[in-house]
Amino acid sequence: MTTQTTTPTTTTVLDASGVTMRFGGLTAVRGVDLTVNSGEIVGLIGPNGAGKTTFFNCLTGLYIPTEGKVSYKGTVLPPKPHLVTKAGIARTFQNIRLFANMTVLENVLVGRHTRTKEGLWSALLRLPGFHKAEDASRERAMELLEFIGLQDKADHLARNLPYGDQRKLEIARALASDPGLLLLDEPTAGMNPQETRVTEELIFAIRDQGIAVLVIEHDMRFIFNLCDRVACLVQGEKLVEGTPGEVQADERVVAAYLGTPFEGAPGADEVAEVEAAEAHAGTTAPAETAPTRTAPTKATGTPADTTAPDTTSTDEEGTR
Amino acid sequence: MTMTNNNTPTGTPLITVPAARHLTTAGAATALIGTFLAWTWTAEFPGDLTVTGYPGGLQVLTLVGAALTLLLALSGYGIKGLRWLTPGGANSPVRLAAIGVLGTTGFTIGAISVELGGIVNLEPGAWVSLAGAIIAVAASLGLPTDQPLDDTIKHNPLDRFLNTLRAPAPERAKDLPNWAEILIIAAAFGVALHVFTYGIDTEYAELFIGYIISVAFGFTALNRAGLISRITRLTTKHRNVTLAAALVAAFCFPFTQQNEQYALIGANILIFATVALGLNVVVGLAGLLDLGYVAFLGVGAYAAALVSGSPLSPVGVQFPFWAAVLTGAAASLVFGVVIGAPTLRLRGDYLAIVTLGFGEIFRLTVNALNGVSGPDLTNGSQGIPSIPDLNLFGFDFGISHDIAGFTLGRSANYYLLMLVFTAVVVLVFRRSGESRIGRAWVAIREDETAATAMGINAFRLKLLAFALGATLAGLAGTVQAHVSYTVTPEQYQFAGSVPPNSAFLLAAVILGGMGTLSGPLVGAALLYLIPAKLQFMQDYQLFLFGIALILLMRFRPEGLVADRRKQLEFHETGQLDVPAEDAPLTQTTAGTTKAGA
Repeated sequence: MTTQTTTPTTTTVLDASGVTMRFGGLTAVRGVDLTVNSGEIVGLIGPNGAGKTTFFNCLTGLYIPTEGKVSYKGTVLPPKPHLVTKAGIARTFQNIRLFANMTVLENVLVGRHTRTKEGLWSALLRLPGFHKAEDASRERAMELLEFIGLQDKADHLARNLPYGDQRKLEIARALASDPGLLLLDEPTAGMNPQETRVTEELIFAIRDQGIAVLVIEHDMRFIFNLCDRVACLVQGEKLVEGTPGEVQADERVVAAYLGTPFEGAPGADEVAEVEAAEAHAGTTAPAETAPTRTAPTKATGTPADTTAPDTTSTDEEGTR
Repeated sequence: MTMTNNNTPTGTPLITVPAARHLTTAGAATALIGTFLAWTWTAEFPGDLTVTGYPGGLQVLTLVGAALTLLLALSGYGIKGLRWLTPGGANSPVRLAAIGVLGTTGFTIGAISVELGGIVNLEPGAWVSLAGAIIAVAASLGLPTDQPLDDTIKHNPLDRFLNTLRAPAPERAKDLPNWAEILIIAAAFGVALHVFTYGIDTEYAELFIGYIISVAFGFTALNRAGLISRITRLTTKHRNVTLAAALVAAFCFPFTQQNEQYALIGANILIFATVALGLNVVVGLAGLLDLGYVAFLGVGAYAAALVSGSPLSPVGVQFPFWAAVLTGAAASLVFGVVIGAPTLRLRGDYLAIVTLGFGEIFRLTVNALNGVSGPDLTNGSQGIPSIPDLNLFGFDFGISHDIAGFTLGRSANYYLLMLVFTAVVVLVFRRSGESRIGRAWVAIREDETAATAMGINAFRLKLLAFALGATLAGLAGTVQAHVSYTVTPEQYQFAGSVPPNSAFLLAAVILGGMGTLSGPLVGAALLYLIPAKLQFMQDYQLFLFGIALILLMRFRPEGLVADRRKQLEFHETGQLDVPAEDAPLTQTTAGTTKAGA
């Protein structure tokens, strides 16, 4: 499509350097550098509130970054969403934002907006080019609907689609602007494993068309299967960047997600103490093997406030 | 009442279905016969209901209603040749039509008794019709329901009664040859024109109220019978034919009017409807709530009046009409851009408040430009009077012309001129709505943030919608100045008793159906006609108007003419919506079809 001339992995599609976003006293994103090369799928992970979506909004011109610059294929992006889209970056939203009362086909046609030129006069006078452009747009939109497998639902209202289809339609709508880079904000949120797998295939297929993809996701299995490179954002700062294997192995990432053990982490002594207390209570022998959540209710005989925190921390150690 | 409904799970039916059908038919026939008898003894009651053998005034309405009931009831027997009347439900339309007859007849009897002082003034004919109507209504309740009631939940009697008035949508008709379908569309528009003309020609308020009752129930009955949706399907299939038919029907209207006053109503309705359609671009498509829209009509009218050559115009020039039209449209366009550019950065309620303010600023400014508190440009509150009549290609709009045996008076001339403008606005609305620009407008209305993320320059497109709407209103204003002889600031306020004002324009759009083509036209026709015909309610007009809007928003928030999109938006169906393959979603030009007129 757009990147047939470029050779993969050599051209930098997106180059964000030193992006900082402050809202008053709050710094949501602090000096983040990120590059995406053509033909690459890059993942952006991080715990809730890490600033992933804010960073996305900085990239797409929805927010104007306080510091830093974002360039796309060598040109600095203007801070207006519609110009960013025009330049070649398309996005989806974390909470689906389709045009609910338009049909599936119309949604994709709206996505074609920047790639068509017909203005009001052309529409009013129905100049010769009008029907040609309209037909071309429809044809392209139907192609995209076939690509995501919604061609039979072209006349349905977007709001009536099942959840998974709405997610897919949002991707098709973004693809309609013929982007060189696609930003996906949690594309599999709320999906079941089968749907997630389908989305995975879809993103690979998009990559195979020569479109670079930057994806935010919480589903680790999904992200480590999918991405060539993963960056982890924590509290507005980029913690680590590398191959999925590297990121997965990085202790700081695990700590960011699961929390670091505090100074006086429950050592063997404390565990033994708790076990002794529980054994003393007599009734709570199964509590240790039982899932953590049921422990407080089961351990009715013991003082709940002492057992509950201890069991959680043991649990956390177990996960390690 | 509902006890006779034989679908009720409890209780035995009081009457068998065949008996109910016979009795309904007999009742309708009785009501019909009654209209040929005298209803009162004196011609003092308007319409002269004293003549036996010749129904007049309100009797005609009962007659038509009873005939409709009779036809629908006969169709319920499954008589060959009448089956096509009720492709949807066969029974609920009968009930509705019968209730309509009862309503009209009851209203007439009440009006006679009140105006002449007591029921002694009634002649037997009135009682015959009333008895017939009551029998028809009572018996029709014994007919089975068209739409089965969900028995798993308990219903109160009112729900049960309302359910008897509902009917499922008809299945698809088999395709007729093209010429037959076009003929049906033409016939439908012929009937619509006739009904509409009858409404405009009603000479006294009683007849108009009877007319409204009859039309409301008659239309609903035909809707439940499935005829309206069948016609709608045809009109969506042959959209250009439909537009042409509507235009022809509208064109024929002045030829049916020999009365100058009624032709003027027609012309004013047309102006009102055109401006409402222009507002529909702004509100219905782009979703910008504009509460000061009438100012653009005023700008166009003032611009045209200033260059009309009126002896009292402070600008002493006389432009030819085409130049005046361009002046008016250009002035409105500039005004629209000037107001829009700063305000369109606001969203929702804020925009509404600011446009409301600008609407008032226009009126106050025009008032102030009187040579005393400002430069003399508009004569202040006196306005610009004695705007000369137009003369196009030697055709003087001010005098009557005889064309093919019909006399076209001044208002009829202007009506025809305005019709050209309406056609232009209809074309603009339709073509812009179905283009890349129109889709972008709808996208902005749906979700502005997502729309900009799709590469739409929201501000520019909103400004475009605003400016286009302003220009269309300005076009209408140039004709309005000539029709009304005078332009004064008081014609262009937010709310007033004479329709083209911002509140009524918005009401016409919402009442008719936002984003549809025929909706604002129907809404404007109703909103103009009802106050014009019921002069006695003038004091309560805004009050009644408010009540009507509240009721509409409660029971039919999508407007009278709703496209499928709006219907789904306001009524959660909870199931996947599978459209019929030949019904594109864009515009359902519903067959209510006062559209053209």
